[in-house]
Amino acid sequence: MSVAMIQLQGVHKSFGKLEVLKGIDAKVERGEVVCVIGPSGSGKSTLLRCVNGLERYNQGEIFIDGTKVDCDAPSIVSIRTQVAMVFQRFNLFPHRTALENVIEAPIYVKKEPRAQVVERGRDLLAKVGLADKIDVHPAQLSGGQQQRVAIARALAMQPKAILFDEPTSALDPELVGDVLGVMRQLADAGMTMMVVTHEIGFAREVADRVLFCDGGVVVEQGPAREVLNHPQHARTQDFLRRVLHPM
Amino acid sequence: MMEFFHNAAEYLPILLQGVKLTIVVALGSLAFSTVLGLVWALMRVSNWPWLAKISAGIINLLRGIPIIVLLFYIYFVMPDIGIELSALQAAIIGLGIAYSAYQAENFRSAIQAIDHGQIEAAMSMGMGWWLTMRRVILPQAFKIVLPPYGNIMIMMLKDSSQASTITVAELALQGKLIAVSTFNNATVFNLVAMLYLIMCIPLILIVRHFEKQGARR
Repeated sequence: MSVAMIQLQGVHKSFGKLEVLKGIDAKVERGEVVCVIGPSGSGKSTLLRCVNGLERYNQGEIFIDGTKVDCDAPSIVSIRTQVAMVFQRFNLFPHRTALENVIEAPIYVKKEPRAQVVERGRDLLAKVGLADKIDVHPAQLSGGQQQRVAIARALAMQPKAILFDEPTSALDPELVGDVLGVMRQLADAGMTMMVVTHEIGFAREVADRVLFCDGGVVVEQGPAREVLNHPQHARTQDFLRRVLHPM
Repeated sequence: MMEFFHNAAEYLPILLQGVKLTIVVALGSLAFSTVLGLVWALMRVSNWPWLAKISAGIINLLRGIPIIVLLFYIYFVMPDIGIELSALQAAIIGLGIAYSAYQAENFRSAIQAIDHGQIEAAMSMGMGWWLTMRRVILPQAFKIVLPPYGNIMIMMLKDSSQASTITVAELALQGKLIAVSTFNNATVFNLVAMLYLIMCIPLILIVRHFEKQGARR
């Protein structure tokens, strides 16, 4: 039996006395796109950050391609090079150009030859529609363009999976489409993706499966269209009703 | 007025010898305080709480001791434990150590001014603490720290006069010696003040340049 790309078993996480994750079990298979939805404060982002080791979990286990995520183990560096992350607020390095942002980690973390990485960086920026912005600094780019640079930066690591933490939440509505378009391309190309999002339309069309989190637990999970079109749990139904029909 | 110029011509060669030593003390202690201040600052923002506590303790201790007392310790007390330094060495080390506390606080505030999201992005790509500092934080912190660093340069140049208390024949001490022997206090100290001002003007212009650059960002 093949090992899941991302596997979470009974994951608990507390910030002081506040228990944010209360035993999460989830799995993302190779090439699968899983969207994590749920109300604010339900622990979605924390869950994603635990997968990448940005947060320490208190209990349970997380495995990336069979390797346990342990923030204190040397393997955490290798895990982070295999599972890239795209943030809500892009988190680009403002003192570096788009291309420099993209090539930074492959050169300095993975120690790949510069010439090779630069070529890959140019290709990736072209792929996300920013071939003409290679030498531009993030401050001169729109939010959508910055997020696409961040996606190119994640791809430059040639990761096995990419985690997206509300990648469109900080964008003006008219810029959301460009970013979702790039994510759709990635999904079509077979990239394993775990996406925390409020874009229900994207989840319905692109995700293979959807996890609905609330109160630190996975309330409901299953094939995207099934969960989103015919939610079984009352909390999922209520959430979707509020998101899809806010008025 | 003629008398002033006549005396100035007589005293200036001696005072210029003092200027040389003032510049040596100021540059030496600036370099030493920069390196030491960076060490304290990196300890302070490190992931190891005990290192941060040690650094905070050292910084508070240094801020609480007057520079002149620190110079006396290094020049007069250290020989008791077998460490003998020349007056110049003691001045550079003493001023360097004293100013390292202020440098450290400047560096720390610049480092902490960098958006935490960038640190997370670096970590998420597998960058370690030092690589994150070197490639992400310090290049940006450097630009933030320049205006206060320029001010420290000016303060340090002026405070180098405290080296006179441990017999370093820098500008202030040379002036004092001439004044004592000639009783021509006004002329001598006018000249001393002018020489300090002349040395400070380029630094003031540098600070203004840094501030303008900062305002443009």
